Amino acid sequence: MEPLLAVAIGILFAAAIYMMLRRSIVKLVIGLMLLSNAANLLIFVSAGLTRGAPPLVPQGMVAPEGVVADPLPQALVLTAIVIAFGVLSFAVVLVRRAWEIVRADDLDRMRDTDT
Amino acid sequence: MQLAVLGGFVVAGMAPLLHRWFGDRTPLVLALLPASLAAWLLGQWPTVAAGEVLLLEWVWVPGLDITLSFLIDGLAWLFAMLITVIGSLVLVYTGDYLRGHRDLPRFLVVIVAFMMSMLGLVLADNLVTLFVFWELTSITSFLLIGFNHGDLSARKAAQQGLYITVGGGLALLAGFVMLAMAGDSWSLAELTTRGDALRGHELYLPLLACLLIGAFTKSAQFPFHFWLPNAMAAPTPVSAYLHSATMVKAGIYLLARLHPALGGTDAWMLSLSLVGAMTMATGAFLAIHHTNVKKLLAYSTVMALGTLTLLLGLGTPGALVAFVAFLLAHSLYKGALFLVAGILDHETGTKDVTHMGGLRHVMPCTAAVAAVAALSLAGMPPLLGFVGKELLLESALAAERYRIVIIVLTFVASFLTLAVAAIVALRPFFGPVRRTPRSPHEAPLGMLVGPALLAALSLIFGLAPGWLDGFVAVTVGGIGAVDHDVHLSLWHGINLPLVMSLASLMLGLAVWRRWDHLRAHLARLRPLMARGPEAGYEALMAGLVTVAEWQTRMLQNGHIRNYLIVTLLTLLGLVGHALFIRHAPSLEVPLDLYLHEAMVAGLMVAGAVAACVMRSRLAAVAAVGIMGFSIALVFVLFSAPDLAITQLLVETLTVILLVLVLFRLPRFATLSTPTERARDLIVAGLSGIMVTLLMLSVLAGERLPRISDYLVANSQPQGHGHNIVNVILVDFRALDTLGEMFVLALAAVGVLAMLRFHAEEEDAGRTPARERDDG
Repeated sequence: MEPLLAVAIGILFAAAIYMMLRRSIVKLVIGLMLLSNAANLLIFVSAGLTRGAPPLVPQGMVAPEGVVADPLPQALVLTAIVIAFGVLSFAVVLVRRAWEIVRADDLDRMRDTDT
Repeated sequence: MQLAVLGGFVVAGMAPLLHRWFGDRTPLVLALLPASLAAWLLGQWPTVAAGEVLLLEWVWVPGLDITLSFLIDGLAWLFAMLITVIGSLVLVYTGDYLRGHRDLPRFLVVIVAFMMSMLGLVLADNLVTLFVFWELTSITSFLLIGFNHGDLSARKAAQQGLYITVGGGLALLAGFVMLAMAGDSWSLAELTTRGDALRGHELYLPLLACLLIGAFTKSAQFPFHFWLPNAMAAPTPVSAYLHSATMVKAGIYLLARLHPALGGTDAWMLSLSLVGAMTMATGAFLAIHHTNVKKLLAYSTVMALGTLTLLLGLGTPGALVAFVAFLLAHSLYKGALFLVAGILDHETGTKDVTHMGGLRHVMPCTAAVAAVAALSLAGMPPLLGFVGKELLLESALAAERYRIVIIVLTFVASFLTLAVAAIVALRPFFGPVRRTPRSPHEAPLGMLVGPALLAALSLIFGLAPGWLDGFVAVTVGGIGAVDHDVHLSLWHGINLPLVMSLASLMLGLAVWRRWDHLRAHLARLRPLMARGPEAGYEALMAGLVTVAEWQTRMLQNGHIRNYLIVTLLTLLGLVGHALFIRHAPSLEVPLDLYLHEAMVAGLMVAGAVAACVMRSRLAAVAAVGIMGFSIALVFVLFSAPDLAITQLLVETLTVILLVLVLFRLPRFATLSTPTERARDLIVAGLSGIMVTLLMLSVLAGERLPRISDYLVANSQPQGHGHNIVNVILVDFRALDTLGEMFVLALAAVGVLAMLRFHAEEEDAGRTPARERDDG
């Protein structure tokens, strides 16, 4: 499964970068969402995948039996998902605000600081 | 001594405070500092005169071999005396020159700081310490030239001086590093004893070139001479002190100091004597173009600096004696003349000598001082200048190489200098009385003391040059002519130098008589002059600005996609290089696959691609949602239930947020051309491929021992939790989670602020009674 997901992540990255290179600001926001998802998945997959063994310690034991999935990347990705959401909501509101003031959808027309 | 110098900087910093207590008398109070240092130096004279070298050790950075040790021998003593004595006189002079000036405290801070830097420069034994003080003098000089910073030409001159001397300083630093490598020591005292090893070293030529650039820029040698006359924008005490008596001689000092270590080779002799002779003639020739008294004197200083370099280049014991005598003579008469020029400017309100005349009636004392100093400049007996000039002519006649060139240039310089002396001393004070912008009076006492004392010294040493014998012998001993018998005298008998002096007197007076006429002719040379080294400097500066503009337009052009493309291409290049050239990627990752998993991955990819190609905003958001939920499924399939829950939650919230906000945003528009889209597609595609390859090689590589093993083993015993991921978040990496909470809080505050701001504006728009600009 890892090679397939590696290819999928590559496509996600390509899609994200393509969208971020657009001049339309809304597309930029969509590119940002794709990018954060792709990055999360990248971290998750690079630690290796484990089927059906979540990192849980059964009741009454001090350590899980046998091999479990690596918990550290999961913890990192969990943090990243939440932060990405924070950044995204900030970006969306910022874009909306910029649009209200500048009334330009085109990033090329948003280059000056004073309007 | 080190404490005195470092303390001097503290005193400099306290000048504004002192000014609050002492008012206009502050310069006099501050003059006590250099005066007491001069007294201390005078107390050291018996030791120095005995030929001993005083080494005051002071460890600074022992690990790097940097010391703050001071070295006092004849040469350092001479320079230190000049700095402290002329420094005290200049401070006394400043008291009257800048009386009541608004920025007097600022001036005092910088000039005292300069004084201490210069003192440190000539006393330092360690190359690094010397360099630090060297740069400090450049910076203080910059601040002093630009003292009247409301004046554009002063600012430009200050910048020019700074760029040239600091640019030379960089070369000097490189030279010092090579010198220390070649001589295996950072101490000047040790380096001067290793002359043979240094001259034979393979780095000799590069290090000499670097050191010479440093010294020539500082001492205004051709072709860097042009900054010095421009530096005359500074107040006159500064011109007298920095740009005549002390700072511009730092380069000369360095050359003299290194003469025993590096001198004596062909490269040394040729470069110094030719550059020196060239500078000497250029300075003297350019001087007579000007009618501004300070510029006249500045060019004659350039001439004198050239002379000193020439004498060091000749390097014979006789030339070194001439060097010391000329150095002393020049500092005395040029300091006096500059101070007189300041008096003229101060009293008449003009600097143009052609606008002055007959001033001897109103300021007889100043006239007398100017006459004595100018006679010394002209090299007339019985003044010290005469002794210096006779020795110079003798050395030029004894030159081994390029004798004719050197003799001719020396002769030209000497009669032109005589003309300059006549212009400066005779024009303003004799002839018919002319009206000047201010009605002149005799200068106040404080302004007369300095020049009078310097002129008197010129006269005394001229009448009794024998008094200087011992002193000159010691100084010369320090720069490479050990045990040379020195006899300075006024009368050498009738010999060739005397004949040359007489000839130059005739010619010089002729130039002086026909000066107005000559200037008219010289004015025709202007177009040629405009192509001098200064034009090169201007072109270089303009070129720098053009390049900066061009690269700003290219790289900092405000287009986010250009930044992205540049960053991505750099990343592709670097990572690609590391990936393919340094490690051939091994892509042997086992592909064990179930159908449902492949379908989830396919759904994810389809969502992402659809988000890119959809023309409708809602469809694009829906496609992103599909992709997000497929990722949640991946988390479910591969043992990450917490991630799956979070992803589902966040993805739902994101879709709701986008749907709410999106309809207040513009529709998708096609803004880019097909070419641009193709370019972006290529960049994006390459980046995607790189990520995939990188991932595969990571997966194929060997696994390092996992930190997670520790986390898994200790989650329950230490963290008392059964969900290991949760324990990591709230326990093992609790600070991370705290940071995350701050980020979210900040984002929330930002969002709230932007929404609230918006709402208030709308309110203001709806109620016309409220003024819009009150928020």
